[in-house]
Amino acid sequence: MGNRRWFSLRKAGPPVVVLASLIVIWQAAVRLMGVEEYILPSPLDIAREFVSVAPRLFEHASATLGITLLGFAAGSAAGLLLAALLHLVPWVKAGFYPLLVLTQNVPVFVLINLFVIWFGFGMLPRLLLLMLVCFFPVAVAMLTGLTQADPKLVNYMKMIGATKGQLFWRLELPGSISYLFSGLKIAASYSVISAIYAESTADKGLGKFIQLASNGWQTSRVFVGIVTIIAISLLLFGLITAAERMMIRWRVRSEEEAGR
Amino acid sequence: MTHALDVVGVSKTFASGRTSKAVLDDVSFHVKEGEFVSLIGPSGSGKSTLFHLIGGLEKANAGEIRIGSRRIAPLERGLISYMPQHASLLPWLSVAGNIEMALEIAGIDRMEARQSARQWLARIGLERDADSYPHALSGGMQQRVSFLRALLSPQPLMCLDEPFGSLDALTRQHMQTWLLSLWEEDRRSVLFITHSIEEALLLSDRILVLSTAPAKVIREIMVPFPRPRGEQLWSDPVFNELKREIYSLLTPAESKGGHS
Ligand SMILES: Nc1ncnc2c1ncn2[C@@H]1O[C@H](COP(=O)(O)OP(=O)(O)O)[C@@H](O)[C@H]1O
Ligand SMILES: [Mg+2]
Repeated sequence: MGNRRWFSLRKAGPPVVVLASLIVIWQAAVRLMGVEEYILPSPLDIAREFVSVAPRLFEHASATLGITLLGFAAGSAAGLLLAALLHLVPWVKAGFYPLLVLTQNVPVFVLINLFVIWFGFGMLPRLLLLMLVCFFPVAVAMLTGLTQADPKLVNYMKMIGATKGQLFWRLELPGSISYLFSGLKIAASYSVISAIYAESTADKGLGKFIQLASNGWQTSRVFVGIVTIIAISLLLFGLITAAERMMIRWRVRSEEEAGR
Repeated sequence: MTHALDVVGVSKTFASGRTSKAVLDDVSFHVKEGEFVSLIGPSGSGKSTLFHLIGGLEKANAGEIRIGSRRIAPLERGLISYMPQHASLLPWLSVAGNIEMALEIAGIDRMEARQSARQWLARIGLERDADSYPHALSGGMQQRVSFLRALLSPQPLMCLDEPFGSLDALTRQHMQTWLLSLWEEDRRSVLFITHSIEEALLLSDRILVLSTAPAKVIREIMVPFPRPRGEQLWSDPVFNELKREIYSLLTPAESKGGHS
């Protein structure tokens, strides 16, 4: 029972080896072919740049991380509540589910411009954009999960006299946790990308950092920004996966046993 | 004397599109207080459907159902303690958690539910599995837990739907004698579905034989054996005579040619 591990060497090994070899090949190729730094910087150039901009980078990165986490949390919570509402009140579902799709059909760059027109250049338009991007995958995944409860279990719960509320809290909600997490993972990756995008309207954040670097042909600095974005995405993804494992231990363990 | 259950002239037809299927046709019977009554009939004859009517999962097309001499409203639930055909344990709750949940839905206070779950798991030798998840248990153990859940529910009438139908012959025999010993201690009113003739004879005070769908009660058999009963019944000549009688009632007319 104590052998639950978040991180296993055997699983992490192959990608690390592949990544390391790619970096070595990249470094060698850039050096051998004499590619200019502003076209394609070598890994060492990027590392050097990283060290030199570290303090400023940290400021931008924490701004991005802050808005991403806030938008992701608020958007996911909204998605969760909306899914529960649509599930529990049938006429709401009939009326609103088709409209839900509409919110996703307006391109992100149009939205951010509209929000800036309506709400100015503060944090609000970016937050709204992130929420709008995050709530949809969570709501759809959750709604699927809530309606997929095992009919045998639903019948049992009804037969022993469970109320609609008990059915929801005791069966449907816990049964859709794995759906919730797949929604959250999609929302997390959307949220990072969208936060970067929306930061073109901000004065701080990795989006701004990259935009400025790119305008000034500081390609190494652009790559530093990209690496940081990847790190943030991975961090978010890792946190969600860890939370998932903690919440559905019953499942994780049964899979481990089946795999043995 | 009031009856634990009265079923009076109940009929049920499932309509799907333009076709309809009559499942129960004017079924009437009763269960006295403290009586163990078995329903035996071919599979697909409508036994589970009858339970769904008693439990308020479905509405009858005609007739009335009284529980403890009170006529139940259509879809009125929570008046019986129920053990379904499949164990139907929630996979994310521990064994003890599953029992507690059923008791809480039946209106028992949380602390009390916890106590009686622990106490009874110990009594049936499952204390070491109290904190396991259901998937770690064998089929027979899952059925024990499912039975305990029904046994501890406070409603006076227990409805057990083929509780041992999915078990192998040996486990099944153990479970029958186990259930018999538990039941003979406090004699709840039980309505028990089975398709095993020996099982019905071993356990019941009275057996109702159902026809193929649409089901009717075609015979009522009083089981004369004194209690406590045990496996010595298997060799009793009356046991074998009754067994033959029920067997011939359940054998379709067309295959009854050669032997009599
Ligand atoms: N919800 C339902 N809708 C339509 N037909 C049903 C439904 N439930 C049961 N039936 C039909 O009723 C018949 C009796 O089913 P059931 O009561 O489960 O039989 P048994 O428990 O005796 O094996 C079957 O033919 C089944 O197809
Ligand atoms: Mg059945």
